[in-house]
Amino acid sequence: MTEWHSAFGWLLDPANWSGPGGIPVRIGEHLLYTLVTLVIAVVIAVPVGVAIGHTGKGRALAVQSSGVLRALPTLGVLLLLALWLGLGFGPPLIVMVLLGLPPLLAGAYAGIDAVDRATVDAARSIGMTGWQVLSKVELPLALPIIIGGIRSGCLQVIATWTVAAYLPLGGLGRFIYDGLAVQNYAEMLGASVLVILLALIADALFALVQRLVVPRGVVVGRASDVRVRSSKRLATTSESTAG
Amino acid sequence: MSWLVGNAGQIWQLTVVHAALSAIPIVIGFALAIPVGWFANRHRASRGTVLAVVGVVYAVPSLPLFIALPSILGTRILDPVNVVVALSLYALAIMVRTASDAFASVDVDVLLSATAVGFSTWRRFWSVELPLAGPVLLSGIRVVSVSTISLLSVGSVIGVTSLGYFFLDGFQRGFALEILVGIVGTVVIAVVFDTVLTIVGRLLLPWARRRAASHRPATPAGADLAGAA
Amino acid sequence: MIEFRSVTKQFPDGTVAVREFSLVIPSRRITVLAGSSGSGKTTILRMINRMVDPSSGAIEIDGADISTLEPVRLRRGIGYVMQNSGLLPHRKVVDNIATVPLLRGEKRKDARARALDLMDTVGLDRALADRYPSQLSGGQQQRVGVARGLAVDPNILLMDEPFGAVDPLVRAELQQELLRLQHDLGKTVVFVTHDIDEAFLLGDQVVIFKPGGVVAQIGTPQQILAEPADEFVTRFVGADRGKRALHVRSEGGRDVVLDADGRPAGVLVGAAPTRDEAGAAAAAPGASAQGDRPR
Repeated sequence: MTEWHSAFGWLLDPANWSGPGGIPVRIGEHLLYTLVTLVIAVVIAVPVGVAIGHTGKGRALAVQSSGVLRALPTLGVLLLLALWLGLGFGPPLIVMVLLGLPPLLAGAYAGIDAVDRATVDAARSIGMTGWQVLSKVELPLALPIIIGGIRSGCLQVIATWTVAAYLPLGGLGRFIYDGLAVQNYAEMLGASVLVILLALIADALFALVQRLVVPRGVVVGRASDVRVRSSKRLATTSESTAG
Repeated sequence: MSWLVGNAGQIWQLTVVHAALSAIPIVIGFALAIPVGWFANRHRASRGTVLAVVGVVYAVPSLPLFIALPSILGTRILDPVNVVVALSLYALAIMVRTASDAFASVDVDVLLSATAVGFSTWRRFWSVELPLAGPVLLSGIRVVSVSTISLLSVGSVIGVTSLGYFFLDGFQRGFALEILVGIVGTVVIAVVFDTVLTIVGRLLLPWARRRAASHRPATPAGADLAGAA
Repeated sequence: MIEFRSVTKQFPDGTVAVREFSLVIPSRRITVLAGSSGSGKTTILRMINRMVDPSSGAIEIDGADISTLEPVRLRRGIGYVMQNSGLLPHRKVVDNIATVPLLRGEKRKDARARALDLMDTVGLDRALADRYPSQLSGGQQQRVGVARGLAVDPNILLMDEPFGAVDPLVRAELQQELLRLQHDLGKTVVFVTHDIDEAFLLGDQVVIFKPGGVVAQIGTPQQILAEPADEFVTRFVGADRGKRALHVRSEGGRDVVLDADGRPAGVLVGAAPTRDEAGAAAAAPGASAQGDRPR
C-alpha cells in the first residue's frame, strides 16, 4: 500500500503539475497524438470499410490484412521504423495509424453487414439510388457499430502511444519510462493511473455517443428481442421440471 | 547472417519462452470465460453488468496495467506473473463477451427439444450447448491468441523476458536485423497457434466446416472488433 | 398493360429461373403469379421494376421497352409491397409512407399530408403516424407497406407475398381490404403468392408456375378450375383431393354445397339454377377460400 501512497503523493505534488514537462502538458500531448492518429485512421478506414460492406467486395482481403496487422508486435514495429526513418513524430504516427486500421475497418464493414438485407432490398425496390440506400438506410443503421469500431481503435491508440514513449516522445508514457530509468515507482504508478483514467473516460464518452446514435425506431420496439427472451424463459422453466 | 547463427540458441530459447508465456493466458482466459459467458447469457439480468465489467477491463491500457499489478498482487515488478495475469485479464475480457454471444447464438428451439427428449441441464450443456457454441468460441479464441502473443512483447520494457527483448536490444544497438528477428518470431508463433487452433476446431467441430467456408463467417462483430493493445 | 415477350432469366451460377416466359398483364386488373418456391414467380415480378434484368427477351409497359428506362426512375413510378413490409426501421410510419414522394423531390409538408390521407385509405389509425415500424403489429406493418406502395399514386402495384407472414385472420382481412382498394382505385396489380386460395380469391387472371420458371396454365380462376391444363395444375389447385370437387345437395329447401368427403362447404344462394351451372358457381373461389367452412 505504500506504493499507492507515494504514487498519489506524486500525483498530488504541485511541482508535477507545472512547467513544460508537467502533467497537464503530457495529458494534452497524449490527447493530441491520439486525436491526430484517430482522424487519419478514420478518414482511411471508414470509407473503405463502408465500401466493403456496401458492395460485398474485398471482404476476405480486409479480414486477412487486418489479421496480419494484428499479429504484428507494436513495440517491434515502432522501434524498427524509428531505426529506419529516424526519431520524431512521423514514424510512430505511421505505425499507430496502421495498427488503428483493423478495428475501424471491421467496425465499418460489420456495421453495414449487420443491416438487414431485406431492408436494403426494399429501399432499392422503391427507387432509392445506390447512394441514397447508403446514406439514408445503411449508414444510419450501421452507425452504432461503426462508432464501436472507432471506440475500440481509440482505446488501442491511447494504449500504444503510452508504449511508444520508449522513443523520445511526449505523452503520459514519458513519465513511465522516465520513472523506470531512475527506479521511481511512484512516478510510474501515478502516470499509469492517469493513462488508465484517460482510457476509461474516453471509453465512457464513446459508449455514450454509441448510445446516442442508435436510430430511435431501432431501440423503441424491440419486438424480436422480446420474442427471444420469452422463449428463453420458456426454456428455463421447462428445465426446472426436467432436471 | 553471422548474428543469426551465433545467436540461434538465444532466438530459440526466447521463442519458446514467448510461446509458453502467451499460451498460459490464452488457456486461462478461455477456461474462465466459458462459465462466465454461459452464466451471463443464461441469466439475462446479469448480462449487462458482466459485460460492463469486462468492458472496463478491456479498456485498461496494457503497459500501465503491467506497472499497477505488482502493487495490487504484491509481486515484484520484474515477475513474469504480472504480465501473465494482465494478459489473462485481457483474454478473459475478450472471451467472456464472445462466449456470451456464442451461447446466445445457439438456437433456442434446439435447446428446448434437447430438454424435451430428456437431457439434464448438465448433459445438455456438454453435448448440445457447448458444441453448438463452438464455431463462435473458436473465432473468439483465435482473436485472443493473436492479440496475446503480440501484446506479450510490451512486457519486455519492464524487463519481462520474451521476444520483445530483441526489439529493445536491437534498437539500442541500432541493429535492424535483430528487431526483424523478433517481429518474425512473434508472427511465426501467432501463425502456428492459429493453425493449431484451426485444426483442433476442425477436429472437434466437423459439422461446422461448410458453414465456415460460406460467405459470412459466424464471427460476431464483437470478436471482430476486439484486440486492442 | 405490361407485356413479357419470351423472357428468360439465367443467373450467373447457371440456374434458369425463368424460361421463355410470355404474358400480357391487363391494366386495372389483378394478375396473380402462383407457384411453389423456386418457380421463378418472384423473379418475374422483380423484372417489372428492373430489380432483376432478363437475360433475353423484352418487357414492355404500355408499349415502352423498360430496358430503355432508367431503373431508379422506373421504380419510383411503380408501387412495391413485400413480405415483412420492408419498412425502414429507423423512420416513423408517416415518413416511411412519404419516402418515395420525398425522393421525387416533393415538399415535406405535402408528402406528409398525403401520407396521412393514405393511412385512412388503407385503414390505419392516424394516431399511429408517429410510431416506429417495430411498434406495430404484423398486419399494421403490411398496411403501412401498402400505403407506401400507393404513395406516388402509381398505375402499377407489385406485391410480393405481402400477406405471407401474417396470421390467417389478419390475412383474410387484408385480402378483403385489397379487393376493396382495387375496386376503388383500379390499379394494375401484379401479386405473387404460393397460396392457391389467395390466388383464386384475388386474381382476375391467375398464372400457375411449375418449378423452374415454366408456366403450367394461364386463365381466370374459373377456367383453371373447370379445365386444369394438366396433372400438375390439378394437384396444385387441390382438385384431386376433393377440396374443390364440390357437389350440391338439397337440405331443408336450400341447396347445400358439399366437398368430396361430404363436409358442407357452403350454401348455394340466388336463383335456383340448373344442376350443371350450380356446380360451376359453387366451384368459384370464394366458397372455400374464405375459410368459413364449419369443422
